[in-house]
Amino acid sequence: MRPAGKGPLESLYFDYPRFAARRVPELDGATARHPVLIVGAGPIGMTAALVLARYGVRSVLIDRKDTFNDGSRAICIARPSMHILERIGTVTPFLAKALGWRFGRSYYRGEQIFQLEMPQPSGEKYLPMYNLQQQYIEKFLHDAVAANDLIDMRWQSELAGIERHEDGVSARISSPQGNYYLDAFYLLAADGARSPIRSMMGLRLKGDNYEGRYVIADIRMDHDFPTERRAFFEPSGNPGGTVLIHKQPDDIWRVDYQLREGESEQEATKEENLRARVGAILADIGHTGPWELEWWSVYSANTLCLDDYRHGRVFFIGDAAHIVPIFGVRGLNNGLADAENIGWKLALVLHGDADDRLLDSYSPERRGATLDVFANATKSTRFMTPPTRGWRLAREAALSLSLKHEFPRGLANPRQMQPYTYSESPLTPYAGRDAEFAGGPACGSAAPNAKLIGGGHLLDQAGDGVTAILFCASEPTAEQVALLEQLSHIDRRFAALIVAARASSPCAKAIADADGEIARLFAAAPGTLYLLRPDLHIAGRWNIAVPGEILKTAEVCLGGETP
Amino acid sequence: MSAMPFEDFEAAYESLALAIDSAGAERETLFLTRLALVLAHELGDIAAFRKAIKTALEGLDQDVRS
Repeated sequence: MRPAGKGPLESLYFDYPRFAARRVPELDGATARHPVLIVGAGPIGMTAALVLARYGVRSVLIDRKDTFNDGSRAICIARPSMHILERIGTVTPFLAKALGWRFGRSYYRGEQIFQLEMPQPSGEKYLPMYNLQQQYIEKFLHDAVAANDLIDMRWQSELAGIERHEDGVSARISSPQGNYYLDAFYLLAADGARSPIRSMMGLRLKGDNYEGRYVIADIRMDHDFPTERRAFFEPSGNPGGTVLIHKQPDDIWRVDYQLREGESEQEATKEENLRARVGAILADIGHTGPWELEWWSVYSANTLCLDDYRHGRVFFIGDAAHIVPIFGVRGLNNGLADAENIGWKLALVLHGDADDRLLDSYSPERRGATLDVFANATKSTRFMTPPTRGWRLAREAALSLSLKHEFPRGLANPRQMQPYTYSESPLTPYAGRDAEFAGGPACGSAAPNAKLIGGGHLLDQAGDGVTAILFCASEPTAEQVALLEQLSHIDRRFAALIVAARASSPCAKAIADADGEIARLFAAAPGTLYLLRPDLHIAGRWNIAVPGEILKTAEVCLGGETP
Repeated sequence: MSAMPFEDFEAAYESLALAIDSAGAERETLFLTRLALVLAHELGDIAAFRKAIKTALEGLDQDVRS
């Protein structure tokens, strides 16, 4: 919603472009089957198209709207998502515009009771979180989409129906230029929380709805406070409800406030009532200057998902597959991980480099991530919007004790998004090898990053396919060289990184680790080998390389049968 | 204070919230008082229990609503 007298896309700071419907070849009789049709050009659909394009796979991307989503919506990009944006070649405008952060504060009745500090290991390239309005996220992704010859972007094009076949899908598309049929081998449903594709296929999300409702309001003001997450429990500006405040670029601030029990949503979202409440909250945080109202919406927490994210040749990604509570910034970030996950797998299958079986791992991996998100988000949601008297009393007791005592303060931790660990995945067949290590990143987890002596970062050196990181005393042995050679026969995109005190290796990228920092990070000894998947999660690790298991794991990452 | 791991403390918080709901609004005060007596007996240390009472009483006056 926007203030009275303003159009739905009349923003204080963002000019919405309008995209015309193009005349497409299908309207002139073209019947060629496309590799992938992506429905929904939000952040998730566009990212999926860019991941496919990175592997040289063409896609048609349709959206029924003629511009980006209205309002700032998802405003927080987590570190793993920055790596995804980097790999699809779009991270630069994000870094230039977004506000990075790693701290947060929680207050109870005006007093600070908890300080959030997200870890920033010295080797990491990106901060844990970046705030950026969703319109900018979509604009930057669209700039990359528009510049990419492999992506056929079609605005004002609505999916009117689909037929599913053994070997593909046939879509009926309507646009102002005319209606047509389009055939594709695969369909990615990125059509959002109210996914029409889900309804067309008779599928339903399952899970829980939570009682508490929040108003999300964006305002513009000149307010001097660093980019941090601020949470106010029982503030005098919104008695009986929690308040969250986030800074965004262009002097825009996100004020989220919980509605009191029994408060009418309709009344609360009336402009005059909203202005009064926001004014009281701003007075509470000491802002006495002017402010302008930009946009608002109302939100209630849900943990809902599909039973299966794959139905034959249709894959659900992002909000079309799962709806998660906003607390902890998991909606956008998990959607981006969905897009990357299905993107690399589908690309390898379409190239004939991986067996179709690889696609079976999409739903267990990403639905597993969703269920993990639910477990964490349910805890934060119960704290942010206590659902019953028992939870309300327990929270009141914990918060009031937090004023003087350390022990309950951790309950106010917002549990910000962490990348999911695919330890149970079929692509992580030898997770038991973790027992050989005293530390370091576990099988299935996202690989940590490290600064390199000559500049740049370790993960910059990873390839588009499977990557091995081999730790050596000086040079790889003849057996190790032979193993790397065999890996390159399994995966034509294979990249090998040799980490040694002094780097000199003829057969692979050599990485100097003079002070042993990288070896410590990976808890590695000479002979240790880590195998990374294309999305830089750890497919396996061996304290001393076990060639049979390593070769098998590489095969499994390309759709080979699990041992 | 004890060296209770945070995960355990959080589990205690959750169990308590659920138990208050299962006691019901009319009996919650009786339930919480019984719980305190059971914990005092489990603790077996009158000085520690009195300290806990003092901790829980402190700042209670700021807490007008519940």
